[in-house]
Formats: sequence, structure tokens, C-alpha cells
Amino acid sequence: MSEVAKAQVVEESSAAVSKVAVLQQRAGAGVQAESPLHHVGLDHLALNVHQRGGVALREKKLLGHLVLRGNSANASLLKGIKKVLGVELPLAPLSCSAKGTTSIQWMGPDEWLILVEGGSEYGIELALREAIDGHISLVNVSGGQTVLELSGPDARKVLQKSTPYDVHPGSFPVGKCVSTVFAKTQVLLQRTGEDSYEMVVRRSFSDYMWLWLQDASAEYGLVIKA
Amino acid sequence: MLHIYCPYCGENRDQDEFKAKGEAHISRPLDPMGCTDQQWGDYMFFRKNPRGVHHEMWYHVAGCRKFFNMTRDTVTYRIYETYKMGEQPSVTAESLAGGQS
Ligand SMILES: [Zn+2]
Repeated sequence: MSEVAKAQVVEESSAAVSKVAVLQQRAGAGVQAESPLHHVGLDHLALNVHQRGGVALREKKLLGHLVLRGNSANASLLKGIKKVLGVELPLAPLSCSAKGTTSIQWMGPDEWLILVEGGSEYGIELALREAIDGHISLVNVSGGQTVLELSGPDARKVLQKSTPYDVHPGSFPVGKCVSTVFAKTQVLLQRTGEDSYEMVVRRSFSDYMWLWLQDASAEYGLVIKA
Repeated sequence: MLHIYCPYCGENRDQDEFKAKGEAHISRPLDPMGCTDQQWGDYMFFRKNPRGVHHEMWYHVAGCRKFFNMTRDTVTYRIYETYKMGEQPSVTAESLAGGQS
């Protein structure tokens, strides 16, 4: 590469962050937002008072999902996250940090998933871009995935049927999050409590997950929660 | 089924989460236009296929989505080590032949 071409590349990469066009992806009032499992009518199923079983399923729908990539050696990245979100960027593998409705999950040494209250992600993205210097990537993927919560005394058995990951409490303590294979798809799986788990699922696989989870929990009884 | 230690996730994971991506430590010639056809062809197409200790790239595709390297025996399937990109293997055919393991 010639010296001139090299200089251009450097100039473009240093200016790349500030030139990013940020889009407000929420359509706003008057347009009904539909979660990936909208067609299932989970809210309606949850009204059935005769449901019994050892596994409960709830969709934490329409949250704000931001995927952050950056270099953790960049002090401004750590500072900016703390300032805007009020939580530390989790640097230890397979860990997460959370406060209130905001959480950050480690996905790789330079990749994190930020979950925030639905509707707040646009403002937060703008604030993060303002607060962080240097080369980062921040993408709003809220429309592309959803969060499913699996809980109850038999929830772990359903996971054990579905993933090769060792979800025994000895290797999967509360607060740990792993990205792994789940049935014939992939999920970001987090243990949120003694008997509760959260899975981040791709939009296009959410119906498959719904069918899979109904089948896998059939022997324990599946309870839908709103 | 192999259990593979991902050096980025820091734990053993099921083979289902990974993809093998071929020989490790292949660097692209710095001056492609200055290469002979043979040099470029070697870089592009020709790979070692040893019987025994081999260094391979693996991809933790369902996990942290990072590439890393592995020293593996192609006969016994024994995995000697996995190490991050940019690092050098501590186990080689030579080191094993020399009695160190
Ligand atoms: Zn990994």
C-alpha cells in the first residue's frame, strides 16, 4: 500500500466513530410494536388460571439490546460505560454486571451485550457515543432478538435436555453467562437466580425455541407467565 | 466427542460449539505482487497434513466467536494445548521428540 493510501485509511478510521448515523428504531406511539413471539399470544395464555407445572416461561419482550465492541484497554471505554450506565464493564470472561433494569453481559474479550429498558436504547446509544473516545462499535440490535426467562424447580432439567453446556450449579453459579449451543440454535444463557435463567434468542429462531421449550417441558408441565 | 478448552472463555466446552479452521500460523506474504506463482500457490493452497502433532486454528463459533490455536495429535486426537492468537505453541513435534511434554 502506498504512503498516501495508508494515511487515508488512518484518517478514515479515526473519524469513523463520529460520522456514524444513529437511527431511532422505535416507531413511536400509534404503531404497535410486536415482539418475536407476538404471534403466540403469551399474555393470553398466561391468563389461564389452571396452568400447573415445574417450569415457567416468560418473554421479557421489547427490551433495548445494544452490542458493544471495543478494546478494554481503552480507559475511556470503561469510564464512559460507568458514567452512562452506572455499571462496570464486565471484563472477566462469562461474567455480567447489572443494576436495576440495566445489565451488561460479557460475550467475548472485546464484545458485550447491553440490555436496557425498552425505549431507552436510542438515548443511551447517543450518550455512549458522546462519552467514549476511540474506536468502538455500538449496534442497536433490539429488533433482532428477544429474552426468554425460564424458571421453576424443573427449569434446569429442561436446559439439560437442550444444551451440552454443564448447567450443574457447580459449574454454572448464579450470575454466570455463557454463549452456547441450544437445541439446534444458539443462545446467550444466564443464570439469574437459584431456579431462574434467561436466554437471549435470535428473532428468527424464537418460534423454534417456543416449540422446543413446549416439547422439552411437557413432562414437567409448562406454565406461561405474563 | 472432544472437550476443548477455549483460551478466551477460560473453560472446557463441547466440540459442538467449535469449528476447525485448518492449519495455524500461516501468514499472508507481505508483498503479494513480488511473489512467484509457487510462493503464492504455497500460501494459498498447500497445507501440511502431518501424521501426529499438528497446529490448527479453531473457531469458538457458538461461544465467544474468537479464533484460537490448538496443538493436537491427528492420530490419537489428543489435545496438548490451546493458545490465543498471536501466541506460539509450547508443545511441538520437536519438543515431544526431545522427551519434553
Ligand atoms: Zn470461547
